[in-house]
Amino acid sequence: MAEPLSNPPDRPLPDGIIPEEVVAHTEKRWIAIMSAILVVMMAVIVVTGVMGALHPPSNVEAIDPQTLHLKGEFVDSNLGAAVEPDGSVTVRLIAVQFDFVPHSVTVPADTSITFRITSADVIHGFLLPDTNVNTMIVPGFVAEVRTRFTRSDKYEMPCNEYCGLGHHAMVGLVNVVPKGRFPAQDLLERTSNE
Amino acid sequence: MNKSERLALYHLWVAFGLFVPAVLLGAWQMLARSPLPAPLQDHPSTYYASVTLHGTVMAYVLTTFFAMGFGYAVAATSLRRPIHGMTAAWVGFAICLTGTLMAAATIVAGRASVLYTFYPPLLASPWYYLGALLLIGGSMIWVVLMIINMAAWKRDNPGLPVPLAMFATTATAYLWAWAATGVLLELICILIPRAFGWTDLIDAALGRTLFSVTLHGIVYFWLMPAYIAFYTLVPEAAGGRLYSDTMGRLTFIMFLVFSIPVGIHHLLADPEHATGFKFVQSFLTFLVVLPTLVTVFSLSASLEIAGRHRGGRGLLGWIWALPWDRPMVLACGLSLIMLGLGGFGGIINMSYAMNSMIHNTSWVTAHFHLIFGGAVVIMYFAIAYEIWPRITGKPLCLVWLARWQLWLWFWGMMIATIPWHITGLIGQPRRVAAFDYSMPLYARMGPLVIISVIGGFFLLISALLLAVVLVRSQFGERSVPEPLRYALAVNPPRHVPPSLNGFALWNSILLVLMIAAYGYPIGQFFFMKDHNVPAIEATGQSIPTEDAR
Repeated sequence: MAEPLSNPPDRPLPDGIIPEEVVAHTEKRWIAIMSAILVVMMAVIVVTGVMGALHPPSNVEAIDPQTLHLKGEFVDSNLGAAVEPDGSVTVRLIAVQFDFVPHSVTVPADTSITFRITSADVIHGFLLPDTNVNTMIVPGFVAEVRTRFTRSDKYEMPCNEYCGLGHHAMVGLVNVVPKGRFPAQDLLERTSNE
Repeated sequence: MNKSERLALYHLWVAFGLFVPAVLLGAWQMLARSPLPAPLQDHPSTYYASVTLHGTVMAYVLTTFFAMGFGYAVAATSLRRPIHGMTAAWVGFAICLTGTLMAAATIVAGRASVLYTFYPPLLASPWYYLGALLLIGGSMIWVVLMIINMAAWKRDNPGLPVPLAMFATTATAYLWAWAATGVLLELICILIPRAFGWTDLIDAALGRTLFSVTLHGIVYFWLMPAYIAFYTLVPEAAGGRLYSDTMGRLTFIMFLVFSIPVGIHHLLADPEHATGFKFVQSFLTFLVVLPTLVTVFSLSASLEIAGRHRGGRGLLGWIWALPWDRPMVLACGLSLIMLGLGGFGGIINMSYAMNSMIHNTSWVTAHFHLIFGGAVVIMYFAIAYEIWPRITGKPLCLVWLARWQLWLWFWGMMIATIPWHITGLIGQPRRVAAFDYSMPLYARMGPLVIISVIGGFFLLISALLLAVVLVRSQFGERSVPEPLRYALAVNPPRHVPPSLNGFALWNSILLVLMIAAYGYPIGQFFFMKDHNVPAIEATGQSIPTEDAR
């Protein structure tokens, strides 16, 4: 049955074995050190946020998900990569159950890229593994995330937020090609001014 | 068995009775998404129903019933008098249990695969939302009872400090009331009206934001029983004294004030909030780290007192002198290791920009399994072992098996979550029924996923051992139980200032903080146009096949 456990010491501990002042002093010192560590961590975040403009994707822009295909920048003909007048590239995507439209997109390396993504139905996620490109896609809003690819590669782009029973099948593709091989001529007719 | 003991026992049996099958689901999910063969592997709809049930049971049922049962036990034993409002407590129990069964049945029927975080505009059967409403709403009866019992004791004992265990339990009750506000509003104002077809378009972004009010506070609601044990049960089990009663009170006050106005750090990657409030709340989140760091100090100091009293010498010799054969002491040690590792991961999650590296990857799954499933739940086990003899009137049997159970849980959690941290950094998305391991992205994760399955197997064995120990003890021979004893402080408090003996001041401060932190993020949706969306039935959609792609 119940096995014997190691016994408590015979004599109980008396009150006040450590004087109250010593307890208070030690604790104050510990709290001061811990607060200093937290202040340093917060300072790092403030400095990188403000000086390095290191922010999470946070562009608040409402859009009606029911009229995406009828008007505005997310009409079918305007999806995919478009070259801006300043040479940067804007990629427009719509996330739907259970794919990205277009499913695959080609972008140039060493170029400033802006992804603008919205959802036609439920919440999705957009993640390019091995990069810091990671945003939620909430219907009713346009998610915007900027990046710059330094090497050519094929990036699988899984949906990283549960979006329904086909969630696991939702994987798109971003194909990064050297800047010179980016087929810009196909894209000239697209505009970003709508 | 007197009345309050039966009340506590019933709550804990519901908590652990559903916990064990939920661990089985978790273990199956790990196997199903691994490269290994598994039963029902090609049924993604089963997987998502399973994730929903696993999450709902672990996040709402286990935790709420455990906190309520433990709270009743603490109220009866620390105040040393019968609980006021026993009838209301049993009514609350019945409401919560009805809600639990309603939600569970709807999930099993495949009508609620929206995960416990709901994710509107995905829409489940209204019975799932009603079940959740009854469970969470019913627990508010417990909240009120804890507040009333503490107030009644204070009235009868003017000027005396409320025992730390009860003070902390009431802090937990207030914390849960604040945190639950978000999810209750989401259920009542958005999800239930839509699920019954009374509304058309819904504000999914507002729902998400309301849920974020709950999402961080709830984590501390889960955590509080473990911290109550750290301060009031562990030093006693180790044979020592609590280093400082005041620091205990401050810790629970800080948890109450700091853990709610920070929920937007769960929405750092969301497009419906701008940088300003993400920044502010990420900043506030750092303050939540402080009570944990204070606890680690107080706890270590208390254990050192115990270890030295038992004859431990030298800088670290006191550690070996501690009674590690006692489940409470062993669980505490293992819990601190997991708390340290998990806390480190958590600081990365909440860090304003660093979150982008791991947002919604299995890193996050690893983080909360380590902190909650590991550090916190292992203390639930230890608390159960500690109070079982007191509420059943029978000694704990098979203590050696209980130790095995704790060690297996620890290793299972470590083996499961360390690979998840790595696969998360590589970019493994969360909540996925099946990975195509022929894809280059997932191919390199295969071996790590297989290792984590071994951890899942350990966890399953451990959960079964828990059931064996508790059931065997329940049917053991009756003996005269020792009363539940709480640790005395080195300098027992004789008088504490009113601010450390009640919550009026702290609730007022929290109200101001909440208005400052959430006023605009919630208010903006009432002035924003065009962002309301149609709801989409979660189940019954056609699933794309490889051929269609």
